[in-house]
Amino acid sequence: MNDSGSKVLLEVRDLQKYFPIKSGFLIQKTVAQLKAVDGVSFTIDKGHTFGIVGESGCGKTTIGRTIIRLLNPTGGNIFLEGEDIAILKERSLKQYRQKMQIVFQDPTSSLNPRMTVGQTLSEPLLFHGMVRSKKEVEERMSQLLSSVGLKPYHVDRYPHQFSGGQRQRIAIARAICVDPSLIVLDEPTSALDVSVQAQIIKLLKELQGKLNAGYIFISHNLSVVRYISDRVGIMYLGKMVEKGDTNEIFENPMHPYSKALLAATPIPDPKTRRKRKELLSGQVPSPINRPTGCFFRTRCKYAMPACEKEYPQMVRIAQNHSVSCHLYSLGEPEKIVEK
Amino acid sequence: MNEPILKVEELRTYFDLAEGTVKGVDDVSFSLSENEVIGIVGETGSGKSVTAKSLVGLIDKPGRLAGGRVFFKTPEFPERQKGGYLDLAQLQGDEYTKIRGKHISIIFQDPMTSLDPLYTVADQMTETIMFHQKVNEKEALDIAVKMLDKVGFSNPRERVHQYPFELSGGQRQRVVIAIAISCNPEILIADEPTTALDVTVQAQILELMKDLQAEFKSGLIFITHDLAVIAEMSDRVMVMYGGKTMEYTDVFTIFEKPMHPYTHALLSCIPRMDQKDQVLEPIPGQPPMMLNAPDLCPFLPRCPRKLERCLKELPSLIHAEGHYIRCFNPITNGVSHG
Ligand SMILES: Nc1ncnc2c1ncn2[C@@H]1O[C@H](COP(=O)(O)OP(=O)(O)OP(=O)(O)O)[C@@H](O)[C@H]1O
Ligand SMILES: Nc1ncnc2c1ncn2[C@@H]1O[C@H](COP(=O)(O)OP(=O)(O)OP(=O)(O)O)[C@@H](O)[C@H]1O
Ligand SMILES: [Mg+2]
Ligand SMILES: [Mg+2]
Repeated sequence: MNDSGSKVLLEVRDLQKYFPIKSGFLIQKTVAQLKAVDGVSFTIDKGHTFGIVGESGCGKTTIGRTIIRLLNPTGGNIFLEGEDIAILKERSLKQYRQKMQIVFQDPTSSLNPRMTVGQTLSEPLLFHGMVRSKKEVEERMSQLLSSVGLKPYHVDRYPHQFSGGQRQRIAIARAICVDPSLIVLDEPTSALDVSVQAQIIKLLKELQGKLNAGYIFISHNLSVVRYISDRVGIMYLGKMVEKGDTNEIFENPMHPYSKALLAATPIPDPKTRRKRKELLSGQVPSPINRPTGCFFRTRCKYAMPACEKEYPQMVRIAQNHSVSCHLYSLGEPEKIVEK
Repeated sequence: MNEPILKVEELRTYFDLAEGTVKGVDDVSFSLSENEVIGIVGETGSGKSVTAKSLVGLIDKPGRLAGGRVFFKTPEFPERQKGGYLDLAQLQGDEYTKIRGKHISIIFQDPMTSLDPLYTVADQMTETIMFHQKVNEKEALDIAVKMLDKVGFSNPRERVHQYPFELSGGQRQRVVIAIAISCNPEILIADEPTTALDVTVQAQILELMKDLQAEFKSGLIFITHDLAVIAEMSDRVMVMYGGKTMEYTDVFTIFEKPMHPYTHALLSCIPRMDQKDQVLEPIPGQPPMMLNAPDLCPFLPRCPRKLERCLKELPSLIHAEGHYIRCFNPITNGVSHG
């Protein structure tokens, strides 16, 4: 890599997305805010994958959708190739739309059942002016189909004529057809069988090598995230509690929640069967009524008086490893890299 | 080894549809001993749930038991027993209610479908308890509270009067487990009991099920598509594909020296959280179509070890080297998955 300025694809800084909770019969008043994403920062280099993990409701999908501006952020910055797209209005956003694509968990509901594969793929190509002639459309189409492992004759078929794995291939083809630089993959293999999941993960890795696109890979499956990600962030109740290089996070987790999450994940090897591992007790608190101080303290066996008072800052504890926990607050507070 | 409490032999359950026949379960065999956990693993549509439902008489039209025997050691129906076993496959309609819920209980994936949202936990628990045991309402409530305590509720006396919607997903699954074990069944069948739950909650439920199993010494049939959960829970494992038992042996052998090409391929294509720089080998192709499937090995189209013979006839389940295996060309010199 040459200079670091051009290496970074995306920098998300202190991103917030709040959903108003409304109440009232005739006149609806906002009675509270659900802070689905509450001050999240991370960066992705070109051609790299950032994995986001955490349990249901922690805010993974909301981060993904807010970054590509399917949702409007409540606060924070989203620098895509240096431009802050968080503040752009719809009209100026249009030129960035093509650069950011998303693949959803359920390919059945994300594909239009009345459009053939050919129609599904040619629509964005034409909309973004990527092709000029009918011949170009056809060339691009057969190239796309083969790059996701489908056959040219699939072009006239409808989604219901494909298996789940093949439908996800179509959704991926649609995402890559406009040469995006960032693809949000929101649980792209969660609805698939394991034997098909491996095909799709491998395909995504291959495509990344060719396209040099950055991926945000969202999943609750830690094994898949470890396999595909270069860096990982672990979320709890709208906050990223730990982030860093994938191997570092999986081999040396620091946050008590990360440790519990890893310990709870079973491993396909009966020899490592856990013997009375320490299990996390209780449940995730309500996102509308989060505890004071650190949100995890109510379930944390290391909780100290300081944890009730303020939310711990994200501190850097190693070259590429940061954690937000009072146990480690002697580290160097992570400085926000200014442009 | 003690004598099995359940012996399933060549079980077949077919669905007759207008378009043809779906052989949802087509030649499944395994046995279960007291205090043993059998894990059943397979991908979508491989016949896991239909197997579970067939054991307890929950197959409805257009489905039918098309063959096989389900021998169960039980005091019920003494006049119809052979060699100390009752063949559950011979029971008719209502007769199953003497077995299901009392001697064999079943837990499904989604706790919301097994709990009635309109009734409190107490209503639902006492109903089952009073149906199978000779107790009055107050005694049934006491049993219910005791069971809720067993499955980990800290204040069962209050919790018992709550409605399902007042509980979290994990708590609901605990209630379902409490109902299932309330009559102290000899066999508990759990069909993907944690698939809808978050991993930290899944870990709690798995731990609970292991504890209860150890305490009650019942037999557990644990169904899942997740090989990691299988490794965590099972003593022996049955691998299903296309409605058939493909391989069936103890859990260590399945993971260390799988003999069936399908089991081997499955283990090579799952990402593992405990491994760095892993190489995945996806299985090419798709899982089989089950409608009017040919009488051949269902893995044939995707199998890297197929022989001429595989194109002509279906291998039967045979016993070899401590394995039960259905394959003409098994991996015999053992391939390690360390
Ligand atoms: N449109 C919305 N309006 C109000 N609240 C919302 C909305 N979308 C999401 N939320 C809430 O925001 C929080 C985060 O939701 P999100 O879907 O991002 O979670 P997630 O991590 O993707 O969960 P899952 O693993 O279940 O997909 C949840 O509490 C959710 O209920
Ligand atoms: N009521 C039914 N009518 C027709 N076919 C059925 C019916 N129930 C199940 N089947 C078929 O029987 C086969 C086995 O289904 P089963 O539900 O046992 O699969 P499974 O292994 O439990 O899958 P999953 O992991 O998705 O739960 C499938 O091909 C399914 O389509
Ligand atoms: Mg989500
Ligand atoms: Mg099932």
